[in-house]
Order: sequence, then C-alpha cells, then structure tokens
Amino acid sequence: MVSKSPESEHPKPAFGWAARDQSGLLSPFKFSRRETAENDVAFKVLYCGICHSDLHMAKSEWGVTQYPLIPGHEIVGIVTEVGSKVEKFKVGDRVGVGCMVGSCRSCDSCHSNLENYCPKMILTYGAKNYDGTITYGGYSDIMVADEHFIVRIPDNLSLDVGAPLLCAGITVYSPLRYFGLDKPGMHVGVVGLGGLGHVAVKFAKAMGVKVTVISTSPNKKQEAVENLGADSFLVSRDQDQMQAAMGTLDGIIDTVSAVHPMPPLLALMKSHGKLVLVGAPEKPLELHAFALIAGRKIVGGSCIGGMKETQEMIDFAAKHNITADVEVIPMDYVNTAMERMLKGDVRYRFVIDVAKTLHP
Amino acid sequence: MAKSPEEEHPHKAFGWAAKDTSGILSPFHFSRRDNGVEDVTIKILYCGVCHSDLHAAKNEWGFSRYPMVPGHEIVGLVTKTGSNVMKFKVDDRVGVGVMVNSCKSCEYCHQDLENYCPQMIFTYNAQNHDGTKTYGGYSNTIVVDQHFVVRIPDSMPSDGCAPLLCAGITVYSPMKYYGMTEPGKHLGIVGLGGLGHVAVKIGKAFGLKVTVISSSSRKEREALDRLGADSFLVSNDPAKMKAAFGTMDYIIDTVSAVHALAPFLSLLKTNGKLVTLGLPEKPLELPIFPLVLGRKLVGGSDVGGMKETQEMLDFCAKHNIAADVEVIQMDQINTAMERLAKSDVRYRFVIDVANSLAQSQL
Repeated sequence: MVSKSPESEHPKPAFGWAARDQSGLLSPFKFSRRETAENDVAFKVLYCGICHSDLHMAKSEWGVTQYPLIPGHEIVGIVTEVGSKVEKFKVGDRVGVGCMVGSCRSCDSCHSNLENYCPKMILTYGAKNYDGTITYGGYSDIMVADEHFIVRIPDNLSLDVGAPLLCAGITVYSPLRYFGLDKPGMHVGVVGLGGLGHVAVKFAKAMGVKVTVISTSPNKKQEAVENLGADSFLVSRDQDQMQAAMGTLDGIIDTVSAVHPMPPLLALMKSHGKLVLVGAPEKPLELHAFALIAGRKIVGGSCIGGMKETQEMIDFAAKHNITADVEVIPMDYVNTAMERMLKGDVRYRFVIDVAKTLHP
Repeated sequence: MAKSPEEEHPHKAFGWAAKDTSGILSPFHFSRRDNGVEDVTIKILYCGVCHSDLHAAKNEWGFSRYPMVPGHEIVGLVTKTGSNVMKFKVDDRVGVGVMVNSCKSCEYCHQDLENYCPQMIFTYNAQNHDGTKTYGGYSNTIVVDQHFVVRIPDSMPSDGCAPLLCAGITVYSPMKYYGMTEPGKHLGIVGLGGLGHVAVKIGKAFGLKVTVISSSSRKEREALDRLGADSFLVSNDPAKMKAAFGTMDYIIDTVSAVHALAPFLSLLKTNGKLVTLGLPEKPLELPIFPLVLGRKLVGGSDVGGMKETQEMLDFCAKHNIAADVEVIQMDQINTAMERLAKSDVRYRFVIDVANSLAQSQL
C-alpha cells in the first residue's frame, strides 16, 4: 500500500517550514493535521521558540531524522477547537506544547507524572504517532495534541517570551527541583549561558539560590551579572579564577552539549555536590572515580520534565515574572537564525513570529 | 633531624611494612605515641587485608610514603585508656577503621561525617598533627583517639568482624545515603570480592532483591547458594545483560580495575543510581546520553562517619552478618597480596596478628 503524502494523510490542511535533508535548510512545506479527536485540543500557533535540538535534528546529527522534518517544540498559541471529552481547556485559551505529544499513560513513569521517561513517549516532531504517521512540530500554523500534553499559559506571561520555557525552562527547572538545588542560600553554578543557561539563572535566583555563571566567554560577564542577576561569573579557562572558586558550589547545572572536561567542574563543588548535565555530549566524558568518592559527589542527567511539572514550572515563571530573553524573527529568517544560533550569536533564544509571518 | 620510626615515639611497636613500590612487606620496628587523655591503646588481634592496602603498598595512587604499615580493618583489645575516656575500659573488644582523626570542628565533623572532613587523617600513610606518619594495623599495637574507636558487638567473631571496618561501612554508608533500603527494590552488585560479598549480605538484610553481576560465571553457585543473592548476571554475556536492561533500582560497583560503565547504566531503571566505590588508577568513561535520557546518576561514597560505622556494626550483629574470611599468618602476607591481586580469596584475608606477628620477628 502506498502511504499517503504529508498533504493528504490527515483531513486538516496545514502549512509550515520543514528540513528536507541533512543540510538542515528549512523551506515551505504543505502538510496536514489530524481531526480534533475527543481528547484533543487544536490551536492556532502564534509563536515557536528555536531550540538547539531543532538544529541537531534538522541536520540529523543524532542519526535518527526522517525527512521531511518540521521542528519546533516550544509552541504557544490560542485554542481554536476542543474535543468532546476535553474539560481543562476551551476555545480562546492561551496554551502551549513542549517536547512531547504522547506517552503510553500506563507505565510506572507515566503513573508518576514522568511521561518524559516513558519508553513509548512520542516526541512533538520527528517521531511516529500511534497511527503510523510522523509528528510535525511547531514551525507551522496549527497544532493538534492530546489535552494531557497541553499546558495553560497564565495571562500575565506573554506568549513570545513564554514559548522557550516549554523546553528550555522545564529542562533546567526539573533538575533544580529533583536534585534539591533549589533551597534558599544554596550556591549553584550554571555552565553555559545560552537558551538553557540564561533561564537556569533566572529560575535559580527566583528560588533564592546564589548563582555563579561558568562560561568560556569573558564577554558574557556583564550580561550575566547586570541583566540576568547572576551573583558572580567564572571564566572556565582562567585557572586562577577556577582555583579560587574550588569547593564553593552545592551543585552545577551544566547546559553545554559539546564534549568538555568534568574534573574542573567536580572540583568547584563542595562535598556532596551534584553535577547535573542537561546538554548531552555525543561522546563519553572522562570520570575520575576519586573525584566522586572523596567528596561523595554525584553526576546525574535530566531530560525535560513531566506534564504536571511543566505546568508547575510555567505557573512558577508567571508568578516570579520569569521570561526568556528572546529575539523575535520572521519565519523566512529561520535559516539565518540557525546559523547564528550555531555560533552562539543570540541573546538567548530566537522565537519565530509564526502567526504574523508564516504564509503559504 | 627527623627521628627514626623506632625513636619518634616512646612505646616500641612492631609490624610489617612495605619499603618501596614493589609493595613487598617485611618486618619493621617502629613506635607508638604515649596514651593521651583522649586515647585508647589497643592490642591488635586481627587485621583485614583490604585491596586499598595493596594499591597503597605499591603506590598505585601516587601518594605513598615509605616505609608504610598498611591495615585499616583492625580488631583488638583495649589495654589502656586516657583519663577522658568513658566509653571504653581495659579488655573491651574494639575496632579501628580507615580514619584515626579529623578536625572535629568543621561542618562535616559536626554532622558525623568525619570521613569528609578536609583534615581527616587516615589510619596509615598519612600525617599526624605532630608531623609523624600514621602506621596501620599490620602491627601489634595502636593508639587511637577514642572518637575513632568502635565497640565490637559481643556476638560478632573478631576475625569476621574486622573487614566490616572498611568493607562493611564502605557499602553500608552509600546504601543508606542513596536510599537503597526500600524492601522489594532491586540492587545489582558488580564484583564479588571483599566489598561485594558484604554488600550482598547487607542488601538482603535490608529486604532488597539482590543480583550479583560478575565477569566470571564460576562465582554463581557461591553467590546464590551461600551468600543468598537472588540472581546472578554474567557481565560478559551480552544477551543476558540485554535481558536485564532497565530492571535495577540501584547498582553498587565495587570493581577497582578500569571498566566500562555503559553496560551497567543500561541495567538501571529510570531514576536509577549507580554508586562507584572502587578506586581505579585511570579515569572511567562515562556516557552522558543514558544519564540524561533516564535521569540516572553516578555517585561516589567514601567509607562512613564514626557514628554510622558503629550503627553498621550493630546492624550486622543484629542480622548475623560477618565477612567471609581466610585467616592467614603475618608472614603469609605477601602471598596473600598476590592472590588478592588475582581475586583469589573468599572474600577477605584477615591476618591473625595476635598469634603470628610476634613469631615473625624471629
């Protein structure tokens, strides 16, 4: 049987930008969305954040990409239709979708509000739906998703600056909570000042935590301290600075996905410190067992967060006026934006103004 | 000019020491300090042979200073107590583990975590406050601050209890800290040696399901029949390992040789914890994707504080847990070290100091 084309596989016409091959270059793409089922929420996409994962996937850097690929998992918009069994949302509500659109809903992880760790979790884009079709992400005009995977965006949180929280926000919020690095008076390091890093600084500060940004670029210091509210800044290549800061941190959120050495980061931590990686280097890192053993330290990882925690994170952000620092761009700027993001040339997330600039 | 080991303290002592990086031990005369107001003097009955003794004797970690008297799994009888000592009296059966002092004033010392005190002093191969070297339990006598002495419960055998002072606390402490005590949960133990076999016994006492993970299938019957493990997994068998992926809540990795962590991370469930206790000379490779995708963690642990060490001994006494030992004479120590390097021991050598050390002087 010949599978249907993206345009005809579902009943609702849709339009977006997709990557067609490993160049990762995006271009206009006609496709379709499913009918709004009884548990679904359909919404008009207003904004979508550009996550570095979008670039990794567009270029098939993890080797799993099936083209055409519509990226985008920091999606916000206004509800246009709800299924007959939907009770939590109504037309006109401000909502968002993050990295997941489905999970098995019956395993231990799903029962513990940890859909993100469900072995059958379905990613918002580039993954296989239950009906065999491929999921398409938020660089598009409309979204349809099961209400379980929709979050409400509080009225006081603007959609353009709220969008990146749906991936970057939850990705750093979840480990701050899980690893207990959220207690007032603690001292936490944030490695890397990009999309994840800048939001990590804001969340940690709102939790009453003292924050030190650790970066390879000395020119980010002023930003970090004056704009983002970091308490201090360490240039990781400066041996003297790193030495002076040894044994001062209760924990570290490490957002860097390039391969980088762990020993200096472990040394920055006090005994019982926790180094949490949220960026995932492709190659293994070297672990010096002594460094963990001598101070009973931990190296852990974390991957986004469950739906309950994602809503909690959004509500926390709204309450504490935490928003991402964004550069809003038109849809047709996306390829340039990707190039700039690769060079770290963005403060700190691009957000596509989908509603106003995405035209067939 | 520095005094010789024999002269630096007032009381003569005798033991066996490593003199160079060959790690070969031989008779050695030295001396112990006067028994201070806080001190307890102990006539050593038994001393366990820990793999760390071998690492240190051969300077595998690069900070050994010779001559070195190893030994930090010491059981003996009190022969003298200082005037401030209330907890112990002469003839009490006591133990000394990995530490003989700490600063007693930092946040770690105040939390009963002397093992994490930056000024903690090891039982051997470390420097005392007076600048002299610490010498360990392969010797006839030791003088220790009472805070670093534990009572051996009456029901415990001296020889089987000695290894608990390092191996026992080394596995007990992380099991408590990392929450590996929920009955019904599944603990994997990598390596069935001194640490591993005690971990099986303590794990079962906590009500855990225990799987021993080993590179050699020859240990399977032992693990299941004698030690009480629930199952056994040969780490070199890819099919069996794969079948066990995602089944364990925790793993204790006792292996001190360099080895791959990736297969063990795969055995963990989501939110699983792998605690590494062995001290390999070279770094291990840690893949990050499995940590991120499964919110897994790798942690370390280093013996335990004094309060917890006593708690561990009392726990073991209550559950009839002692180490499985092969008692040796002092002059067999070098052969024992060779066998230890090949894992040829079930599961700890323990030196019968009281009955063989004196004779070895001749």
